[in-house]
Amino acid sequence: MSRAPRRRLVPAYLVTGGRQLTSRADLDRLSVLTLADAKLTETPEATAGIGPEHHRLCALLAPGSLSLVECAAHLGLPVSATVVVAADLIESGHLQARGPVPRAQEIDRSLVERLLVGLRTLR
Amino acid sequence: MKLVVTGPFGVGKTTLIRTLSEIPPLHTEEAMTETGAGHDDLAGVPDKTTTTVAVDFGRLTVPGELVLYLFGTPGQERFFPLWEDIARGALGALVLADTRRLGDSFPVMDMVEEQGLPYAVAVNRFPDAPTYGDEVLRKHLDLHPSTPLVQCDARERRSSVEPLIALAEHVLTRLPEDRP
Repeated sequence: MSRAPRRRLVPAYLVTGGRQLTSRADLDRLSVLTLADAKLTETPEATAGIGPEHHRLCALLAPGSLSLVECAAHLGLPVSATVVVAADLIESGHLQARGPVPRAQEIDRSLVERLLVGLRTLR
Repeated sequence: MKLVVTGPFGVGKTTLIRTLSEIPPLHTEEAMTETGAGHDDLAGVPDKTTTTVAVDFGRLTVPGELVLYLFGTPGQERFFPLWEDIARGALGALVLADTRRLGDSFPVMDMVEEQGLPYAVAVNRFPDAPTYGDEVLRKHLDLHPSTPLVQCDARERRSSVEPLIALAEHVLTRLPEDRP
């Protein structure tokens, strides 16, 4: 696949129908998107009424989960537009989203102590 | 464990990482071009011809089966957004300073504080830079009494370990005691 940036035939704002905001404020660029049920996207009836970008996003997720920002890259859409598309699909039950992997918990004290002991031997 | 080495433009972050790292540091230093002329103030460091474009990366194996990863981040303000990503999960940050241009360290320190990372300040002694006592430096850098300040020579390995020790001690004091 060519990495050269291609100009979009359909501007990004049309994908979202001109919307910027979604009801799903919790979607982060690192949220992981998963197809809720593969059957839901298999039949043409099930995906009737959703846009082409929505179709592409479903197809993209068919082999497995991806983070939202990766989806945006694959679809060639801005992250903000992908959020809108993903939120539509979550609302219609096609997708599930999971929050990003939480930050590592508090640093282990004993680890820092070992580090300190080790560093002192380097003097 | 991950440590971030930062500091203003031209303070010697790459040198420090090169000194400490046991692997040839992966770095992306580039010859400076005229494009940067308006942004990168060379006053005080006229000989500087290269600068860190992305991130330096070095590795230091510490006795006790620990590996310390050192991330040198760009000192230029325009790269500050990179910080959030780099600082995630880091143990702490080492802010380098140059006595000839102490004020340049302020924006960097502000940013580290904003990230909530514990940090220590290491004053890199350049051969031709004036030296000051710790007290004077503390006052000029407006350091919190608990923030460690260490003077070092980034070209020398043993000297470069000192600020790491100070930082580790500082991190330790901020961590809650282990519950039995």
